Amino acid sequence: MARPGFVLEVDRSTPPILTWHGEGFRLERLPAGRSRVIYAPEPLKPLDDPDEEIRQALLHPMGDSAPLPDLLFAGMRLTIAFDDISLPLPPMRRPDNRQRVMEAVLEMAAAAGVDDVVLICALALHRRMTEAELRHAVGDRVYDAFAPSGRLLQHDAEDPAGLVHLGQTDQGEDVEINRRAAESDLLVYVNINLVAMDGGHKSVATGLASYRSLRHHHNVRTMRHSRSFMDQERSELHSSNWRMGRLIAASGVKVFQIETTLNNDAFPEQMGFLQKREWEWTARDRGAYLATTKSLSLAPPRVARSIFQSIKAPHAMTSVYAGEVEAVHRATTDMVYRQQLVAVDGQTDIAVFGLPHLCPYNVNSIMNPILVMCMGLGYLFNLYRGQPVVRRGGVAILSHPTPWAFHPVHHPSYIDFFEEVLADTTDPVEIEKNYEARFANDEWYRHLYRTSHAYHGVHPFYMWYWGAHALEHLGRVIIVGGEPRSVRRLGFSPASTLADALEMASDVVGRDATITHLHCPPIMIADVS
Amino acid sequence: MTGDDLAGGARPQRRLPVSPGWLADARSGLRGRLRPLSSFPLGTPPWPATVARPPVERTLGTDYDSDWARSPLARTGRAVVQEVLAAPLVKLLAAPTVTGVDRLAHLDEPVIFAANHASHLDAPLLVSVIPDRWRRELFVAGAADYFFDTRIKAASFAFLLNAVPIERQRVSRVSARRVSELLEDGWSMLIFPEGGRSPDGWGRPHRAGAAWMAQRTGRPIVPVHIEGTRRILAKGSSRVHPGRTTVTFGAPLRADPAADPRVLAVRLEEAIAALADETANDWYTARLRAAAGTTPALTGPDGADWRRAWALGRPRRPERSRRRERWPWNA
Repeated sequence: MARPGFVLEVDRSTPPILTWHGEGFRLERLPAGRSRVIYAPEPLKPLDDPDEEIRQALLHPMGDSAPLPDLLFAGMRLTIAFDDISLPLPPMRRPDNRQRVMEAVLEMAAAAGVDDVVLICALALHRRMTEAELRHAVGDRVYDAFAPSGRLLQHDAEDPAGLVHLGQTDQGEDVEINRRAAESDLLVYVNINLVAMDGGHKSVATGLASYRSLRHHHNVRTMRHSRSFMDQERSELHSSNWRMGRLIAASGVKVFQIETTLNNDAFPEQMGFLQKREWEWTARDRGAYLATTKSLSLAPPRVARSIFQSIKAPHAMTSVYAGEVEAVHRATTDMVYRQQLVAVDGQTDIAVFGLPHLCPYNVNSIMNPILVMCMGLGYLFNLYRGQPVVRRGGVAILSHPTPWAFHPVHHPSYIDFFEEVLADTTDPVEIEKNYEARFANDEWYRHLYRTSHAYHGVHPFYMWYWGAHALEHLGRVIIVGGEPRSVRRLGFSPASTLADALEMASDVVGRDATITHLHCPPIMIADVS
Repeated sequence: MTGDDLAGGARPQRRLPVSPGWLADARSGLRGRLRPLSSFPLGTPPWPATVARPPVERTLGTDYDSDWARSPLARTGRAVVQEVLAAPLVKLLAAPTVTGVDRLAHLDEPVIFAANHASHLDAPLLVSVIPDRWRRELFVAGAADYFFDTRIKAASFAFLLNAVPIERQRVSRVSARRVSELLEDGWSMLIFPEGGRSPDGWGRPHRAGAAWMAQRTGRPIVPVHIEGTRRILAKGSSRVHPGRTTVTFGAPLRADPAADPRVLAVRLEEAIAALADETANDWYTARLRAAAGTTPALTGPDGADWRRAWALGRPRRPERSRRRERWPWNA
């Protein structure tokens, strides 16, 4: 039986704690008597026969939806949309949940004699996936059946002919989504819910939307009023998506939602020590840790990055639900909480976040400084329910090398954002007001997004907005071991060691400040009382 | 002009110093001289014609005891031979592309692999590509009358493939009991339900042995389709033509305890036919045809031999790019 999450009060007998540091990790000793470490729950038991569970979910849907076979008929237009490369993290071993679900759906479509089937990768403003990445997500069988005939598409948020405007919500939000999806007799959405933020109406309303539609909820105001993204009841991001989703349904788009959850078994057996509590490390774990850290310290950054990017997680499916969007999403969110929630008593003065090598936007790519900010202040800071782990005016200490490095193909607009925009200001409101429109409508970025593998021109802005709530909430942000000029460009303070960072933090929160370290990954959500 | 016309008269007749007749005489004489040494009491006594002979203990065919081939020593030796010699050789000769392994990802119990059969290469090919989880504890169901008719052949196949003799002409309790005991002991089985290699490239009707075993033991059957081995080593050919092959694993089938095993045998045959269709076309087309009941049969069309050979045609396989595309090559 999987053990639940756990909060360790650090005392003199506590061993040094593993802290992620990009493509590597460190053992850091936390001050005794005023520090605590939050450990994630252990991985839940996976489904014994996921294929059969998927079939049963399709045959017995939730909410007011009819079973999938009853919705399929010869001569219909069927569109199957699926999540892109940003999920799950790290990418899971084959077969991916998307492949299992899509094959089950297509089996039923074949049984009904459906010929007009199109698959769409719902990538919103993310980069186009490569053939290898698509094959990994949907499997070779599906890829070979649909891609050669042009029936496996990637959503294009900048194709005027491929989008349809469905109207405005009662809050004046434009809803513009993929035309093929909107005009199909049935839209099946295949989802992987890695965290509570994923899925629900956000799948279609964000994944298949255009910039014109996305800007209504991907903005500073919405992000600052989402507390947090992991708590849909208190997330303005979700409220906006829900309004849009309901308008999509009211426009006649029939959506059959399929959501799957994963356990948090994130690392292969050889790196099992990354998921264990330090005092439970065996001799083998200690040997693996020493061998890994030593070899990584000798390897050039490029090699280390390749090693980490090649990690395929042994994630396993823990549940699958299908049917009406909101009913499905309630059940899925409960399952995500079951895997990830850890009860935490009260806030802290200083939060320590070790940043891993990966965030949703640098799979097979480089974690550039903007993504470091987004990962630390956008994602890890927001892994809470109730209230943030760190108190208002507190300090966040991030640990990451933060190199001044960008992937020129994947992140072209990030380079200009970093060089030009952040050199001027780091205030999200100023950035949004003065620069967003220019980047969003830049023809060159638009061209690269549509024809290459580049994130949309506006994407680095969204990354910055993602951290807007944390920037407003925190008194100071310190990055341990980061490249000083990159860290300063972000508007943060560089520190060489954790001890230095704690010393610097004491200027803001005093010398006896309490410290909380989020031992993440694996992913958890702190349920802060 | 002949030799007789030469000056000096007739040409002298030339004889070998050892002629066949001389050899026969010498052998007969030698046998006569050695007979006392081989006859009773030095040799075996003759059996009196009036006394009934006891039944001869059969040690070949279905009676061959291959238990020794599953001893730790034999398993280690076989693993070394398979990994060091057989697998590289198979890769060289057959260049297998393996698909569908992901369909077995959630299985963690012994299974019955059932494949179509066109060449002697099929068994070594499958033994080299079956996932590790099952490969080390895998036995091959071999035709008792073909692979176990002499002591040398029986020992060789038992060692190299962990082959177990199966009676293919009739139902044999000995074969059935041995195979089911192995399946229940945690071994997986590789079997060719057609009962022999295809003579013309088309499949042959399946026998129900694999399905019957699945029903009896509760183990799932994994349908497997092999494409391309006949071009490398066809039945009746002694020449090997290296080429490319495709092995496709299908979704496991489970027996319904209440149903007739022949129903499962039919499902198995249909599943392998669908895998063949998937290999020749694409997965969704194959599923559409399977759902409509129009999957091309493995046994090919009826008609004259030439028409069946004609219908076999050239294999049609989509090109599958495995290259990981990276910028700038894919720009």
